[in-house]
Amino acid sequence: MIVEKRRDEPSDQFPVGMRVLAVDDDPICLRLLETLLRKCQYHVTTTSQAITALEMLRENKNYFDLVISDVHMPDMDGFKLLELVGLEMDLPVIMLSANGDTRLVMQGITHGACDYLLKPVRIEELKNIWQHVVRRRHLDSRDRNSSNIKDKSFVKGNGAGSANSDPDAKLGKKRKDQNGDDDDEQDENEHENEDPSSQKKPRVVWSVELHRKFVAAVNQLGLDKAVPKKILELMNVEKLTRENVASHLQKYRLYLRRISSVASQQANMVAALGGPDSPYLRMDPVNFSDFSGSAQLQNNALRPISPAGVHGKLNTPARLGLHVLSPSGMVQLGHCQILRSSVNESIKYQPGLLPIDQAGTIFQGMPTSLEFDHFQHKKGVIGGEELHPSNNNSGTFPISRNFSDSSSSSSSLASLPNGSLTMQGHVEDRQSRKAFQINSDSPHHLLDHCRWHIPIPQQTAATNLSISHLRLETQNQAGLTSDMMQNKLDICNHADFLSDSGNPSMTTQAAYPCLRVEDPKCTSMVLHGNTGLGLTGQPGFDSLVTEQGRPYSDYMGNELGSLEDVVAAMFKRV
Amino acid sequence: MLGLAAEQLRADMNRLLALLFHQGVLDEQFLQLQQLQDESSPNFVSEVVNIYFHESEKLLRNLRAFLMDGEFSDYKKIGMHLNQFMGSSSSIGAKRVRNVCVAFRAASDQNNRIGCIRALEMLEHEYCYLKNKLLELFQMEQQRVLAAGVRYPAQHN
Repeated sequence: MIVEKRRDEPSDQFPVGMRVLAVDDDPICLRLLETLLRKCQYHVTTTSQAITALEMLRENKNYFDLVISDVHMPDMDGFKLLELVGLEMDLPVIMLSANGDTRLVMQGITHGACDYLLKPVRIEELKNIWQHVVRRRHLDSRDRNSSNIKDKSFVKGNGAGSANSDPDAKLGKKRKDQNGDDDDEQDENEHENEDPSSQKKPRVVWSVELHRKFVAAVNQLGLDKAVPKKILELMNVEKLTRENVASHLQKYRLYLRRISSVASQQANMVAALGGPDSPYLRMDPVNFSDFSGSAQLQNNALRPISPAGVHGKLNTPARLGLHVLSPSGMVQLGHCQILRSSVNESIKYQPGLLPIDQAGTIFQGMPTSLEFDHFQHKKGVIGGEELHPSNNNSGTFPISRNFSDSSSSSSSLASLPNGSLTMQGHVEDRQSRKAFQINSDSPHHLLDHCRWHIPIPQQTAATNLSISHLRLETQNQAGLTSDMMQNKLDICNHADFLSDSGNPSMTTQAAYPCLRVEDPKCTSMVLHGNTGLGLTGQPGFDSLVTEQGRPYSDYMGNELGSLEDVVAAMFKRV
Repeated sequence: MLGLAAEQLRADMNRLLALLFHQGVLDEQFLQLQQLQDESSPNFVSEVVNIYFHESEKLLRNLRAFLMDGEFSDYKKIGMHLNQFMGSSSSIGAKRVRNVCVAFRAASDQNNRIGCIRALEMLEHEYCYLKNKLLELFQMEQQRVLAAGVRYPAQHN
């Protein structure tokens, strides 16, 4: 029997009964996911809040085997959750999203996701997710086993060997198979290739203090020279094995690499913008001996923040350090928990200076965290509520603008890093207090007032739009009464939709039919109350179609190829 | 007699479903939903779809509010809402709704207000149609169950 303290069910039934935590703010997807997972015979817990998920995970580290999380959530960015879980609990995390954009997927992987699934999730994909658990366990146990053999009780090593042999023959066999595959990984991972063992030791929790010690030790040694054994000695913590340190070190390095690429750009920003020098030069007791000025800036920007989820506050220099780098600061927020104090590393990773616009582009390549941060502004929810006051009013998130607007952003961001980074840190507290809500409760004033002040259609306006398949030529803008707006939302209450479209005056040269709507009531295509094809009895549509033949043929978009069909289908008689 | 009604209703339902598939309103994901319905979750489909209706109407209201709220709409927020709408629509197999969301998102990425408004109109239309049809379907199912129940009093669904 595998020594699985965490498992309730006998592990030879694995993957049956694998304990999954599912996190998604969308109730439909969550419900579906739950049902699918149950169908796969997993044990499922669900929550719609990332914060709750973290609490559950922290409450009992060993209670879950796997986490599946949506990427876009209002209270916390999925990637951040991913990182926190990876750091604190070392559980495999699978990301889920409706958006399969390559950049997002890349982000997911770099943040440490085991897998990235697209919605709608299919049961076939879920049936295989257990592999991530096994893989991780396999690697972990191999690490630990090698440490056993090396510095600790050999009993365990031997015991593990024999313990593994029988009761879990199935799993053991899987591991042997995996061993062959994993050899390459192992080499890269700086772990020795010992015989695979299923010996499981309790997970090590990298608490704040532990991590601080770790970082201090690493800094003392110098990142390049930091070897797990020496770190272990310096840390002088009982019950910590060399392998624990080794795997943690590896993660740490990855994070640093990631920050440094961001940080170096930040440093360039700072340098380019010529922020105030003195505040940046205040150092932390950690050994910063070999710094250049810009490195200092970026180091200060990367204040020590413990990974365990409870981040220390930023010092002033760091605050200021972050401020100029506003969007990069924002991006930093997204990766807040990976900011480490190790200045040495950041120096090493500092490539050439990047021009601001390049950095801007890079940041634009990370829409998720930016979006998230933007929402933070919008709601003024973060600790630094005056965050980007300039951004609050505009609907967009102008990255380049921030770069140039150091003064305003400095004031706005003066409290940003502190607030936001602590926010990141005190994920549990802050975020519960300050609900990062996407604006789902925005005022529905529109329902009551008509504010349709759109300068309606020049035909050209929509030409570059694939959606422009259907243009509503609302001749009578003012005619949209509040009543109609209201009714739009009383969906399906109007039967007189399109009643007026009997006049298929196709004035547009566009290849598709447009509805010339004289009567305001017909402006909206929503008013589609009939159960039957709402388009029945709308002779206008028929004639539109026939007049135009197949108007959609030259309309674009692979993505909208089906949309053409949609529109075509809409007008077809069935 | 009553048995015939049940059979008739079943046939009607199948016809309606076939129609919806043909029109591209629904896709295979909806079938997956149906397959997940069993004795342990007998009303799974209607439960999920009702949640979908509820959420979607909220999303649509918000989208409209965002777009109509003055000169400058918050396209990022719109994008986030659309993302959720896309996710939920694709999860229940609402193919056309999802496609319109995709177009809508393209418009919002370009900050194209007019395009967004048109997309919104279309989205509302598609959603409305879908809702009507699904409600019709559920109604037929209810009637069918009743009819079948009456015919075979021993078998209670």
